[in-house]
Amino acid sequence: MAQTTHPPGTGGHAASGDGSTRRDFLYLATGAVGVVGAASAAWPFISSMNPAADTLALASIDVDLAPVAEGQAITVTWRGKPVFVRHRNAKEIEEAKTVNLGDLRDPASDESRVKKPEWLIVVGICTHLGCVPLGQKVTDPRGDFDGWFCPCHGSHYDTAGRIRKGPAPANLVLPPYAFTSDTKIRLG
Amino acid sequence: MAQAQASKFKNPLVNWIDSRLPIFTMLDHEYNHYPMPRNVNYLWAFGAIAGIMLVVMIATGLFLAMQYSSHTSLAFDSVERIMRDVNYGWLLRYVHANGASMFFIAVYIHMFRGLYYGSYKAPREILWILGVIIFLVMMGTAFMGYVLPWGQMSFWGATVITNLFSAFPIVGDPIVTLLWGGFSVDNPTLNRFFALHFLLPFVLLGLVILHTAALHVCGSNNPLGIEPKGPQDTVPFNPYVTLKDGFAVVVFFIVFAAFVFFMPNYMGHPDNYIPANPLVTPAHIVPEWYFLPFYAILRAIPDKLGGVIAMFGSIALLLVLPWLDTSKVRSCKFRPIYRQFFWILAIDGLVLGYAGAMPAEGSWLLIARIGTFYYFFHFLVLLPVLGKLERPLPLPNSISEAVLKGGAHAKPMEKA
Repeated sequence: MAQTTHPPGTGGHAASGDGSTRRDFLYLATGAVGVVGAASAAWPFISSMNPAADTLALASIDVDLAPVAEGQAITVTWRGKPVFVRHRNAKEIEEAKTVNLGDLRDPASDESRVKKPEWLIVVGICTHLGCVPLGQKVTDPRGDFDGWFCPCHGSHYDTAGRIRKGPAPANLVLPPYAFTSDTKIRLG
Repeated sequence: MAQAQASKFKNPLVNWIDSRLPIFTMLDHEYNHYPMPRNVNYLWAFGAIAGIMLVVMIATGLFLAMQYSSHTSLAFDSVERIMRDVNYGWLLRYVHANGASMFFIAVYIHMFRGLYYGSYKAPREILWILGVIIFLVMMGTAFMGYVLPWGQMSFWGATVITNLFSAFPIVGDPIVTLLWGGFSVDNPTLNRFFALHFLLPFVLLGLVILHTAALHVCGSNNPLGIEPKGPQDTVPFNPYVTLKDGFAVVVFFIVFAAFVFFMPNYMGHPDNYIPANPLVTPAHIVPEWYFLPFYAILRAIPDKLGGVIAMFGSIALLLVLPWLDTSKVRSCKFRPIYRQFFWILAIDGLVLGYAGAMPAEGSWLLIARIGTFYYFFHFLVLLPVLGKLERPLPLPNSISEAVLKGGAHAKPMEKA
């Protein structure tokens, strides 16, 4: 390209020792400044597509656990996604704890998945392709491991939200949360 | 058996594509070697500037559309959300809003350049007519864009402009109902204006491509208004005009940036930060500045239908301008009498614009009427008559002779 864009009749071809000219240098320098300018101009456009301040302001919510009886589960919306909060009974906790970690596809101990043993809190989105698994209601199919069953492609999760069977590659995701009191949590 | 045509490009990929779809040959021909008159001045950069403003408007508009809601109950708040919450939303919106004004500034300078140097005359009539159509589509696009924030000026501007069509007898009211999609400016109106405001810039883009294609058939006019007679009268587009236009764009963008960053609402109207209220009209409603001369013409005529016809007529006149001007000499440089009237027309445009911003009463109304009269007098009487009566100054033999003073050193530019 360079030879077609050289203006005619200039002295810019006075070659220095290595064959490059002052004009070559100016082309490169101008091009480099142009690239920086174009990138700076593009940034506000790209950045505007990221979450806006009002979207980020909704990124943390408080949940009151007091009304959730043992054996019951509730679904709350956090960042537009369902979060499963399950009040596990003694049998479910026992099932989750006694599993041999070597049998798991995505090994994780039950202790690493809860802050208080009776409260399991996971993002209710199947790690396969993003469907919401069934199992929040007692009448729902809960799969072979008493946790959740994803109707889309048949993934089974256990009472700690770990993948046990089916195509999903990983356990249900743990959202960041903290207990603000004995019966209240803050998600996000 | 069809054969790929030969391409001169050395890069094998470029060559392969070019011999099947000769876009590189076309670009090389139209934007590299394309001969430009060697004497074009900086006024010739405003076409390129206007083209770049269209790209800026489409780019910012696209990203604003990703955040905007075209529903009457959401529109105003969604624009405020863009201003406060969306990352760089304030920048995108201020660039878009001020960009509309800068686009009109560039186009008005471009048009007056054409008027002064007679760029509309044969063989460039279709080039000029395409330009007038671009101007009309731009006006429609800008008007509908101003409605979208759904402030008081948006709403009442939409009401007044759509009601213009009610001036026509019999068909007027059905047309207005059709434009509104109801019995007043309301949600259906806002929705269709958003859809059209999104579509029309791409129509503009197509028209600009046609405008450029027509330009490249007969080439650019120049300040002398005489055709180049050979390579000694021209320079290759690249690098001479690319760099000159590029520098002009940078200077233009400095002014643009000054508005965006230091006085972003200077060319707007504060009433548009009040949400639209169909029950209260603001005390003093005016359109955006770029419509003011035409608004003054509308109000100058003391008859509803007459005002509307005069306003549309003032633009329609430009479509037949190539045949209204009977002078064979293009450039005002060689038309000593017409040149003075050109400047009176330019001042008339400014006066009409100022009168359009003032209340339509008392002396402002009188001034608007005089201005309107002169506008039509200039195009309908002066131009045809002056062409016959005026004795133009002698034209130079060639561009190179005129710009190199005597032509002693007029030799062809070295081949690029």
